[in-house]
Amino acid sequence: MALIEIKNVKKQYASGDDVVEALRGVDITIEAGEFITIMGQSGSGKSTLLSVLGGMNHPTTGDVEMAGVRLYQLPGEKLADFRAQNLGFVFQSFHLIPYLTARENVMLPLAIVTMSTAAKKSAARQALERVGLGAKLDRLPNQLSGGEQERVAIARAIVNTPHILLADEPTGNLDSKTSDEVMALFRELNAAGQTVVMVTHNPDNGAYADRTIHLRDGIVVGS
Amino acid sequence: MKLHTISINNLKRRKAKMAFLTIGLMVGIATIVTLVTLTRSMSSDIERQMDEFGANILVTPRSNGLSMNYGGISLGGVAFDQREIREEDLVKIKTITNHKNISAISPKVLGGIQINSHDVLLVGVNFESEMKMKQWWKVFGTEPKGEHELLLGSDASRVLNVSPGDSLDIKGEAFRVAGVLDQTGSQDDALVFASLPKAQRLLGKEGKISMVEVAALCSGCPIGDMVTQIAEKLPDAKVSAIQQVVEGRLKALDQFKRFSYAMAAVVVFIGSLIVFVTMMGSVNERTTEIGVFRAIGFRKSHIMRIILLEAALVSLLAGFLGYAVGMGGAKLALPFMAESKNAHLIWDSSVAFGSIGLALTLGLLASLYPALHASKMDPTEALRAL
Repeated sequence: MALIEIKNVKKQYASGDDVVEALRGVDITIEAGEFITIMGQSGSGKSTLLSVLGGMNHPTTGDVEMAGVRLYQLPGEKLADFRAQNLGFVFQSFHLIPYLTARENVMLPLAIVTMSTAAKKSAARQALERVGLGAKLDRLPNQLSGGEQERVAIARAIVNTPHILLADEPTGNLDSKTSDEVMALFRELNAAGQTVVMVTHNPDNGAYADRTIHLRDGIVVGS
Repeated sequence: MKLHTISINNLKRRKAKMAFLTIGLMVGIATIVTLVTLTRSMSSDIERQMDEFGANILVTPRSNGLSMNYGGISLGGVAFDQREIREEDLVKIKTITNHKNISAISPKVLGGIQINSHDVLLVGVNFESEMKMKQWWKVFGTEPKGEHELLLGSDASRVLNVSPGDSLDIKGEAFRVAGVLDQTGSQDDALVFASLPKAQRLLGKEGKISMVEVAALCSGCPIGDMVTQIAEKLPDAKVSAIQQVVEGRLKALDQFKRFSYAMAAVVVFIGSLIVFVTMMGSVNERTTEIGVFRAIGFRKSHIMRIILLEAALVSLLAGFLGYAVGMGGAKLALPFMAESKNAHLIWDSSVAFGSIGLALTLGLLASLYPALHASKMDPTEALRAL
């Protein structure tokens, strides 16, 4: 059984008097342990697809099933709970919390989890060591380079051992050398069994993935 | 890492904004504390003055009077069926329900007497209670101690041509003038005061009392009830309240109180508005942050807890500081506002807890909408990037 099934997902936005169709019937199946990149030009709907996949954007029609759970059928705040337990996010601009140290940023997803502070600290240290930042636990984001901030963001995304790691243009703000390092890190995580779904416009990043899905004008044009 | 870690670290980072927020709320709380403490201290000062002000219930013998008029011309009147207050009745006054509100009872016997061929009004008093009741009396010489010592009004001493230390002869008995009153501008200036038992004997009114002054007035005293209660105990006496002066002062204080509370309400409203605007601004500034929280699985209630906890911490600090600053302000302002020089500041724990509680309530109420607004943010909209 596939880990993720996206079935005929359509997403429409109202833009003034017009209706914009961001997704026009998308069907995708992703297996556990896959590394998928979603590519397409600006406005192709790739970021919308990622937000729908991440349980943050209700599709106008269609369904998203993840690990046997129909995401948008979940009642109330269960969707937030599902995100907390099963998904990890890496954002384009890192979005680290500026007043928290690297370790505290990584511990953020654990703030709403019942476990001891020692266990949380240990988990955060392990995640940061995994991304090669074990020596910079107590640095604030502004004391870290762009690549290091990206690594902290990745550590934050994997600290709760999610089923799926979702990344939105993770190398968009990085130079090519750092981009390669970050992509190698994603590859390494995937090799350890982590399912990765990444939105990118950089064709070079596709080389790290098992499969690339091409979107154009809200529909899948190649996989 | 707990939710409160986020709140506390955010407060530490945004020191200037949080200081502005704290000061905004603190000014409101300090204003309330100052005004409340000032009005209470002034009220207490006036109460104390009232207690010292003198009699406010007058007990006189009941009599039936008949005024005679003919063709609109008064022909005078006659009093008949004159009753008397007996000295032993005085203890009954202390048995009324509101006996705790009585601060002094001053019985008097009055009668005309001749001294050195001058007709004067002799008043027999209990000097101890009389001096307590009439604290504005300024005595030259000493206060009378024994039965053979007198206190003279200023006019009486001038007419009788005596000074403190001189002797006077009344009905063959020698008395020493212990003291002379400074001019009071009242009927007291013309009187000769002697001890009650001695005056009763000199006037031939042993065991009888002409009138009783009762000092009981304070802002919280039920004077009307006390008058009724004394009248019930002394059916042969006429009991009346002397309230006008005090009522006027209380009314003025009441007006000041109302003005203070109105002013405090305006300041509190402005303080709440500052909290609301600052918290709303803070939430809008933290749109991305809140988007991240929501994306990684924070519930709406978690977001609300973070925002409200920040508001609570700031409000508590504002409450503490507001109380301290407010009490300081009241201490500085009291000498200028109070009528007497020895008015003292009232330190009341209920004001302390009240101000902290009020700050907390206002801070939380003013932050409720910003917190709700934050919790309802669409994570996709909040992050924009997605």
